[in-house]
Amino acid sequence: MVIAFVIAGVLLMVITIAAINIFIERRLLAMWQDRHGPNRTGFHGIMQVPADMIKIFLKEDWIPPFADKWVFVLAPAVVMITILLSFALVPFAPGFQVADSNIALLLFLGYSSLGVYSVVLAGWASNNKYSLIGAMRGSAQMISYEVFMGLSLLGVVMISGSFSLKSIVEAQRHLWFVVPQFLGFAIFLIAAVAESHRAPFDLPESEGELVAGFHSEYSGIKFGMFFVGEYLGITLVSTIIVTLFFGGWLGPDFLPPVFWFLFKTFCFIAFIILLRAALPRPRYDQFMEVGWKILLPLSLLNIIITAAILLAK
Amino acid sequence: MISILRTIWITFTHAFRKRETKGYPEKKPFLPARYRARIILTRDPDGKERCVACNLCAAACPTDCISLQAAEDETGRRYPEFFRINFSRCIFCGYCEEACPTNAIQLTPDFEMAEYKRQNLVYEKENLLINGTGKYHDYNFYKQAGIEIGGKKKGEGDQDELPTDVRGLIT
Repeated sequence: MVIAFVIAGVLLMVITIAAINIFIERRLLAMWQDRHGPNRTGFHGIMQVPADMIKIFLKEDWIPPFADKWVFVLAPAVVMITILLSFALVPFAPGFQVADSNIALLLFLGYSSLGVYSVVLAGWASNNKYSLIGAMRGSAQMISYEVFMGLSLLGVVMISGSFSLKSIVEAQRHLWFVVPQFLGFAIFLIAAVAESHRAPFDLPESEGELVAGFHSEYSGIKFGMFFVGEYLGITLVSTIIVTLFFGGWLGPDFLPPVFWFLFKTFCFIAFIILLRAALPRPRYDQFMEVGWKILLPLSLLNIIITAAILLAK
Repeated sequence: MISILRTIWITFTHAFRKRETKGYPEKKPFLPARYRARIILTRDPDGKERCVACNLCAAACPTDCISLQAAEDETGRRYPEFFRINFSRCIFCGYCEEACPTNAIQLTPDFEMAEYKRQNLVYEKENLLINGTGKYHDYNFYKQAGIEIGGKKKGEGDQDELPTDVRGLIT
């Protein structure tokens, strides 16, 4: 019975965070670009969120006649489904976790691999050459960065001895894993930002600013789902980073653990938005090259060194 | 890599600087006195309309947005029967102000002229005529020009001398 409340609570919190992100991202981006964001609607702009949602709901929801109908409708749903499923694994606070499985980390990696389908299906179903090119590049980028996303986490798993996210948080009581595993953290950060196809790795959608992009044929609520799905992706990535490297809900006792978790998550969301504001987009072959030639050897090196140190103890 | 981290740090510090956005409806921009915006028709220091419906402004206008019709009142003074400026066409270049011989048509720094219907952007004479003298406070065309109209005979202008009677004894 309690589990029903937990599920409802997690779902509500996650959807609220993703919606508030609409406003936070625009305000933070503006702050770092020497301008104000939307600050007129409501109390300093917070009513921008319902305004945007109403706008997206009321837009014409058109399926192109040349598109592959069922796949077209399915693609945005895939985004939401995989990300919301991943949120079931994240420990927000000591009792506040929907599913404490002891292979949670593997499940998270599996769900993010399924998330690649959304890009591929959207580009394919749009029946538009430019969408297809965007989708192909996007999926190549996401699949290749997934490789060392998984590898960089193995250091954490070795130190904590378990794949379960709750045990990993418990194992950080004395020292957050960002200190011994700094290289793993850096690689995971880069890979996770690339995985959620977010700037500066946003080739799938802003190659789009030049031509089309894998979600160019989408409008109305389907586009809204891609959009909110992207914010959910960022939130998910921030929560996983906080859980694995920054101690999850651990923090001084004068505030409830949920607060510490949300505070750290918000810091990472802001950092990812800062990456979008600050960095230019690399060329496609440049970042495939960095991925395979630099980050993959580094993550393997990380595993070897961690294993060596643990064995020496 | 270091340059990437440096870029991130610099962008982050931008949050603590002043924003470039001017807070428009609350803070008005600084406009110099000769800023060219809304067009007005002005009156003499004596209170009569300056416009003599000479059509020079309509001829000078690059977009042909001025339209007027001359008429003459009972004292012989010309005035425009109607004077219409279509502000959706007007580019606020100021050529009409330069062309006007009587300093009747002038541009003022008032730019807040937005309307919901395009038809409301066509201003008639009663929308353009003001009760003051605009930017040129002392100029009265009829006191400079030599023409005779009711209330001023030949020779009564500011810089005029009375006409000499050529058939009398000129000594």
